[in-house]
Amino acid sequence: MMELFSQPYDLLISPFVEFSFMRRALVGCLALSIGAPPVGVFLVLRRMSLMGDAMSHAILPGAALGYLVAGLSLFAMSAGGLVAGIAVAVLAGIVARSTVLREDASLAAFYLVSLATGVLIVSVRGSSIDLLHVLFGTVLALDDAALILIGIIATGTLTALAIMYRPLVLECLDPMFLRSVSRVSSPTHIAFLVLVVLNLVGGFQALGTLMAVGIMLLPAVTARFWAEEVPNLIIAAVICAFGSSAVGLLLSYHANVPSGPAIILTCGVAYLISILVAPRGSLLRQLVPRKHLSA
Amino acid sequence: MVLKMNRRLLLYATLLTPLMLGSLPARAADTIKVAASFSVLGDMVKQIGGDRVEVKTFVGPNGDAHVYEPAPGDAKALVDAKILVVNGLGLEGWMSRLQKSSGFKGKVITATTGIKSRQMEEEEHGKTKKITDPHAWQSLANGRIYVANIRDGLIAADPDGKSTYEANATKFLADIDTVEKDVTEKIAALPATRRKIITTHDAFGYFGATYGMDFIAPEGVSTESEASAKDVAKIIRQIKAEKIPAVFLENVTDHRLLDQIAKETGAKIGGTLFSDALSDERGPAATYLDMFRHNVATLSEALSS
Repeated sequence: MMELFSQPYDLLISPFVEFSFMRRALVGCLALSIGAPPVGVFLVLRRMSLMGDAMSHAILPGAALGYLVAGLSLFAMSAGGLVAGIAVAVLAGIVARSTVLREDASLAAFYLVSLATGVLIVSVRGSSIDLLHVLFGTVLALDDAALILIGIIATGTLTALAIMYRPLVLECLDPMFLRSVSRVSSPTHIAFLVLVVLNLVGGFQALGTLMAVGIMLLPAVTARFWAEEVPNLIIAAVICAFGSSAVGLLLSYHANVPSGPAIILTCGVAYLISILVAPRGSLLRQLVPRKHLSA
Repeated sequence: MVLKMNRRLLLYATLLTPLMLGSLPARAADTIKVAASFSVLGDMVKQIGGDRVEVKTFVGPNGDAHVYEPAPGDAKALVDAKILVVNGLGLEGWMSRLQKSSGFKGKVITATTGIKSRQMEEEEHGKTKKITDPHAWQSLANGRIYVANIRDGLIAADPDGKSTYEANATKFLADIDTVEKDVTEKIAALPATRRKIITTHDAFGYFGATYGMDFIAPEGVSTESEASAKDVAKIIRQIKAEKIPAVFLENVTDHRLLDQIAKETGAKIGGTLFSDALSDERGPAATYLDMFRHNVATLSEALSS
């Protein structure tokens, strides 16, 4: 009886009890899972899923500049990344709304300019590879400053989403209607882009770029198979993100694999399972039609 | 994502480097051009070659030789060079590609020729595999072999300079003797219980074996690998169980993980050791021997108390 009880304890609980770095990683992942996936849900709804990837490139030069100026300082690197990311997002948004260019095209143009600028700065100062190595954080080394940063970003994201929830949903579903009845369309759009950048900066500082984009989008995409309405989508995405983080961390602990990729791959497995068997629009659903349709 | 990033960066670097080549200093007429893979070898070539050589070092001060990606400017410098000095033992995985792509036709000096290499056991996915530890320069005994190899290589390529190279090498070897005496004395003065420490990656295997210390690291022999939660947990348990007094940072790696380990275990952070690269000219480890002086002073200060 004791053994039956102690095995799941060793498997699931004891790593977090014994090691504070595991607790920190879990808390960091929880904060990130609360902030980033809701943003991802709106990105998916607006068909801007690939924008996360583009934005992570736009952030890198700013963070690199921060590193070159102030060394390995969380503040300098976050501030640099934030400024670069927001500049690219806002400029792209303005150009898309006031010229013939579509959003994706203007974003592509600006992020490439930003990336090239960053690489120029880096190559003037020395080898780019060392810098890239430094720029990728790891979830196992979250210090107080990084945890506070992720916590603040998660709190800010939730507050901002609550405030602009209605216009944001309208903007996703029927942007023309929103523009015709209200003037909040542009501010909402720009505020949303800022949220995307904020979450990427927080995630990539602490966990690495791959983690930041992955934990924002994979759970959001997965949630589409489980829910239809926006609040349910958000809840499903947050649960998926946090569950995957916890499983990924334990996998990294027991199976001796790097944590970041383990977490994202767990998200990926959740996504694959959802494609196959989830209640909405999965392969299984299409192969086995519901009764009233088959009549 | 990371891979894509690097490839993209490389592409931009490719476009940019021609612009930067214009700023290189005009070449002296009668010096021998020597290319060295990383800063430790660059310093040795400078010491032995003196004024007769012009050294181009690919991975500069504080750079990481394990993961360097050469730029087109490096290829140009290499094809101009008459001699290439490499460490070997698998340190510069990128060098063979660079040699091939640049069309280098000069002479290669492998500084570790004749050194008895250490095998390290590295655990990966449950399997243990043997890896050759490339960090041979971290033992001054091996340093002598490096010096001899470089001296002989330079003489073979430039027989006119034989007397200069021999004189410089003899002086260098004498300096190595002095520093080695100091290193041995300082380490011997440490209590036996305080000779086990933590560093970020396994760079001090030869140092430990030669001078009687144990170095443990969360990253493997190469800085390329990422630590898993299991690795970190193992080290934390080990620090607590064996009461390891201090952890040391390295100039070439990210220190955030070690900061966290130190905090969790109460081990103190003893300072920064120079492992795979020298510091810049104003730093505490601008030359090969300065690196030893600095590392030993740092170790002895943190561990003797």
